Amino acid sequence: MEWVNAVVQGILVGGLYAMFAAGLSLIFGVMRLVNIAHGDFIVAAAYLAMVIIQGTGLHPLLSLLIVVPVAAVFGYGLQRGIFNRTLGKDILPPLLVSFGLSVILQNGMLELFTADSRKLDAGPLEVASFNVLPGVSIGILPLLMLLSAVAIIAGLQYLFYRTALGRAFRATSDDTEIAEIMGLDNRKVYAWAMALCMGVVAVAGVFLAIRSNFDPFMGPGRLIFGFESVIIGGLGNLWGTLVGGVILGVAQGLGAEINPGWQLLAGHIAFLVVLAVKPHGLFPRNDG
Amino acid sequence: MPEALVSIENLEAFYGDAQALHGVSLELNRGEVLALIGSNGAGKSTLLKSICGLVRRKRGTIRFKSEGIGMLPANEIVARGIALVPEGRRLFPSLSVEENLILGSQVARPGYWSLKTVFDLFPVLQEKRNFPSTSLSGGQQQMVAIGRALMSNPELILLDELSLGLAPIIIKDIYELLPRIVGSGLSAILVEQDVTRALKSAGRFMCLQEGRISLAGEPTAYTRDEISAAYFGN
Repeated sequence: MEWVNAVVQGILVGGLYAMFAAGLSLIFGVMRLVNIAHGDFIVAAAYLAMVIIQGTGLHPLLSLLIVVPVAAVFGYGLQRGIFNRTLGKDILPPLLVSFGLSVILQNGMLELFTADSRKLDAGPLEVASFNVLPGVSIGILPLLMLLSAVAIIAGLQYLFYRTALGRAFRATSDDTEIAEIMGLDNRKVYAWAMALCMGVVAVAGVFLAIRSNFDPFMGPGRLIFGFESVIIGGLGNLWGTLVGGVILGVAQGLGAEINPGWQLLAGHIAFLVVLAVKPHGLFPRNDG
Repeated sequence: MPEALVSIENLEAFYGDAQALHGVSLELNRGEVLALIGSNGAGKSTLLKSICGLVRRKRGTIRFKSEGIGMLPANEIVARGIALVPEGRRLFPSLSVEENLILGSQVARPGYWSLKTVFDLFPVLQEKRNFPSTSLSGGQQQMVAIGRALMSNPELILLDELSLGLAPIIIKDIYELLPRIVGSGLSAILVEQDVTRALKSAGRFMCLQEGRISLAGEPTAYTRDEISAAYFGN
């Protein structure tokens, strides 16, 4: 039953990894930008939530009502002010700029909040759970994370395939030049994509901070989990990203069951196996 | 004398250090169709791309309805009433036929063209409206590309190599619809490798050679040899 429990817990934590990955996948899909600072933005969102909670006394989940819009507006400005200036045929400039942002964010957070580990207190929600089988229990918080991930991905999927903004995202991703002569301002389309990404990042950051301790330097680790989920699921496929997150979570859970030291290693091995067998991921987007 | 719809003076365009157009000037009146002919690399597509804002490095003046548009970005030029049907169609592969057409109406200019009138012009597209654009035949894709450009209700349509890669019968069908398209109140600049067809479809032509105008006027004013000399150079 311990193994079943490991799989169940792995599936639940996969929701969080899918949230790490959804923003990455969205940004890469729309503008071919690999944002090295993505993990640091997740941690920054966690600190932002912490500051808001300290100032207002809000429950961490209610703080999302403030953190998400603030992050989205920040994302819009970040794209218009910085990333749009670096985008072009060469993928290196935006990559380097995002690397620079990562360094700045980590050191900025260190300066502001010190290297001490922090955590958001969600009260009784953190320990609430119910039994599904003898020896297998499901925590309310991990379940909430998984359901949030499903809702976010369903929402993004709807936006991408059922709305004018989604159509603009796909068109810009297909052919920026032709999108422009259709009247789309690519710079604005990219900025909306980054706003959306940062909104998702904010949700991921708050859940991360409720689930575990965080410090200014844990961003790169979250970036790796996000990358692995995206690659396992298949680039550009949002539901694939959720599956990728779940596979990563389950692999880590099973690895930890064998030996606690193997938790991260098992996840990386699962990633490498998928990469070796299906280099484009399990469910790559196929637009012809 | 009525004011020209498009007026270009001394246009020079560059790709990096390479100059593609050398002092090209032209005027186009409302309702007129101008054929742009010339061999590969003569600068025909560059001229179209310069007008619609896709070539940024340029000198000279481009006026549309008396307004200088040479420095405007492409998305603002289409809003003023210029649409391009690009060489090779370049449909959005992740969008359906209908989504491709709808995207053409992004600038929402009022006018005759809508999904309904485009489907009236190309009934086959209505049947395949929910198909991925890449699943269509070359001719049908060209119809989507033309329909997509019309959806912005342009006053000037730039048609770049309509016949490229299409079967002769399809080309004939598409060219038979051209008078109907232009008859909706449009002016057109037509770039075409098939010189005979281009000259037959246009009231005026301009031949480019190595980025310079080598001959211009009404097709009937010149002999076949004169046009051939301007096309290939002597």
